[in-house]
Amino acid sequence: MTSVRNLPVDALVELALTDDRRAVGRLLTLVERNGPEATECAMMLHAHGTGSHVIGITGAPGAGKSTLVGEMVQQMVDGGSHPAVLAVDPSSPLTGGAILGDRVRMAGVTEAFIRSVATRGHAGGLALAIPGAVRVFDAVGYNPVVIETVGVGQVEVDVTAAADTTVVVVTPGMGDAVQANKAGLLEVADIFVVNKADRPGASDARRDLELMLDLSHMTGQEDASYRPPILMTNSLEGEGHSAVIDAIETHRRHLVDTGQLAKRRRRRIEFEIESRLSTVFEQRMIELKTDQRWVDIVDTTTAGTIAPPAASQQVANLLLH
Amino acid sequence: MTDKTEQIRIVLAKLGLDGHDRGIKVVARMLRDAGMEVIYLGLRQTTDSIVAAVEQEDADVVGLSMHNAGHLTLAPAMVEALRQGDIDVPLIVGGIVPDADVEALEQAGVAAILGPGASAEEVVATVRSVVSEA
Repeated sequence: MTSVRNLPVDALVELALTDDRRAVGRLLTLVERNGPEATECAMMLHAHGTGSHVIGITGAPGAGKSTLVGEMVQQMVDGGSHPAVLAVDPSSPLTGGAILGDRVRMAGVTEAFIRSVATRGHAGGLALAIPGAVRVFDAVGYNPVVIETVGVGQVEVDVTAAADTTVVVVTPGMGDAVQANKAGLLEVADIFVVNKADRPGASDARRDLELMLDLSHMTGQEDASYRPPILMTNSLEGEGHSAVIDAIETHRRHLVDTGQLAKRRRRRIEFEIESRLSTVFEQRMIELKTDQRWVDIVDTTTAGTIAPPAASQQVANLLLH
Repeated sequence: MTDKTEQIRIVLAKLGLDGHDRGIKVVARMLRDAGMEVIYLGLRQTTDSIVAAVEQEDADVVGLSMHNAGHLTLAPAMVEALRQGDIDVPLIVGGIVPDADVEALEQAGVAAILGPGASAEEVVATVRSVVSEA
């Protein structure tokens, strides 16, 4: 019996480009592990980009993201699209284990490629794994690529914000207008979804978001040619999902028409290069810690001979040379 | 070969019409606490939906929970579906399997069977050994 699991990266890439799902699944694993195979995969696939639209969906745990994504993705399939989903769930900081349960909410979805991703503990891991996985889907021809994350943690916000279109899902009872004006995730939204709109407080949530957007407009923070729409959905009754899909398409066209799509994609590449650099430096710092020079610098700083900023400068010189 | 030091990814599911999901939830938690990534599919799965999940998730092993006396039909069907899909990941069956049926399941290609009362240590050790032998 053949197994794609034992194939080298170039054979996997060749198979994956024919949309062999086992090969795509295997490549995603290699990308996630971020070893030499991940680099090889990125080198081979970067030129194969098909320009898939990348959609970030974020919101608090239990807001209904997975159900919403499942409904939308099935509608996209029915409409002739070939979507893929990256569903991110947290790893336990204690054991490194994870229960990846997003597929439960997407049980009715056929045809779409759904991959569950655990945040895994290591610093910057997700920041590299997500762009790598998007690159695989993009090369194979999945379009759109939907990234679903809980919007907690800086990396997750960064990853979501690096999408072409960012959808923020809120629910009634999320708090008042003051909450809506606090800095954070709401600032990066291109589309708002008030999910569970059958519940009390849904219109209040909508009003608070409208007010927040009015203020963004007044202070000029908002792009004058685009105002994020606020859409009401109710997954129990299956209401509002096609409006979200339409809004994503409207936003995509806006990005194309204004030239912002190219800018966002450049920013995304920049973000990936930054993340990769941070990982390289972090790794070198960890290696340096076993070096006598590191010990000496820490000792002299502890003794009070030099101050921590000067010590950091010395370490930086060691890392860069 | 699969790198044995990597984190194990396991797909857990209930196949067919079997609503008893307390056990599988406990097992999911045991495996999570042992550091594994558990892709939890939940109730009313089909052999096709499980095969699709295993492909897309690049899982190392599949765990089926069975409490409706359908194991002699469904477990071999699952083994066959994985074989048809050209996926060589092992299948573990947990739940209510009478001793008399164990041999039949093993003959059908089930890698391991975990009965009622299996401890967390036993469950985790079984998953690990099945994956490393695969």
